[in-house]
Amino acid sequence: MSWSEFFHMGGYAFYVWGSYGIALVVIGGEVLALRQRRKGLQARLNNISESAESEQS
Amino acid sequence: MPNRKINWYKYAAPANFYPLAGKLIPWFGIPAALLFVAGLYIGFFVAPTDFQQGDAYRIIFIHVPAAWMGMFLYILMALYAGVGWAFNARLASMMATALSITGAMFTFLSLATGSLWGKPTWGTWWVWDARMTSTLILLFLYIGFISLQAAIDDPRRADRAGAVLALVGLINVPIIYFSVQWWNTLHQGATIRLLNKPTMAPPMLAAMLIMLAACWLYSIAIVLMRLRCIILEREHEAGRTLTLGAKTAQFSRMESI
Repeated sequence: MSWSEFFHMGGYAFYVWGSYGIALVVIGGEVLALRQRRKGLQARLNNISESAESEQS
Repeated sequence: MPNRKINWYKYAAPANFYPLAGKLIPWFGIPAALLFVAGLYIGFFVAPTDFQQGDAYRIIFIHVPAAWMGMFLYILMALYAGVGWAFNARLASMMATALSITGAMFTFLSLATGSLWGKPTWGTWWVWDARMTSTLILLFLYIGFISLQAAIDDPRRADRAGAVLALVGLINVPIIYFSVQWWNTLHQGATIRLLNKPTMAPPMLAAMLIMLAACWLYSIAIVLMRLRCIILEREHEAGRTLTLGAKTAQFSRMESI
């Protein structure tokens, strides 16, 4: 089986690769969105702890 | 052995569970990635072309695991929400919230891939048959749970409201599962049953089960990651650890783990 045959998927390329494409976007999107959320949270908490320390001193 | 008892109650406190969750994530995330690769390899290069559906059937390797995860995660979410409500356990409620988005994501994925599979095999993107309609309702239940929690400011009230919705919606899960038996539907019956011999070629079955395992491990890893974010956000908002400078330092140490 050649690569072009493989990507052709017996004529179902749009449906098969479409399905896996959506899966990749959704799962990848979930991971990236969560990374962003964590980064944002970390930045916010660092700000708060710095200002709390300066208030104390 | 008996004197090395683990104090499980310790980990019911969100602040104690936080570092444990952090340590657990790679133990689920890395095997998940490896199993995704293995499952796709077997699914695309080892499993033969189906004699009826041609290569279109290869959608099954993502469609069926996604549909199962949508249902499993809903059951888990409802149970955690129920435990959080009944026993006033904050961590369990946070777990329910963390599960909801991943569950919604898998349910959406099962509908989208099902639609892409239906078009070439049934000639239509969508029909209002029992299985698909009940799965769409599952997606709406997830969306309802997420938006209800987002709409209520007080987190514990949001937890309780979400728990009521999740537990009532639990009735939908057996309806989805048995829909192909109870109603005459376009959707095919279950390919895998617990007691019967599977009707699939072994490499097809292997690819599907490996993808299912990958989706499980992925879900555990991503939900633990989200749970950590939720713990930080909520415990911070509740002011439990941020009232004093010393405590703040402890908090930022916790968050850097």
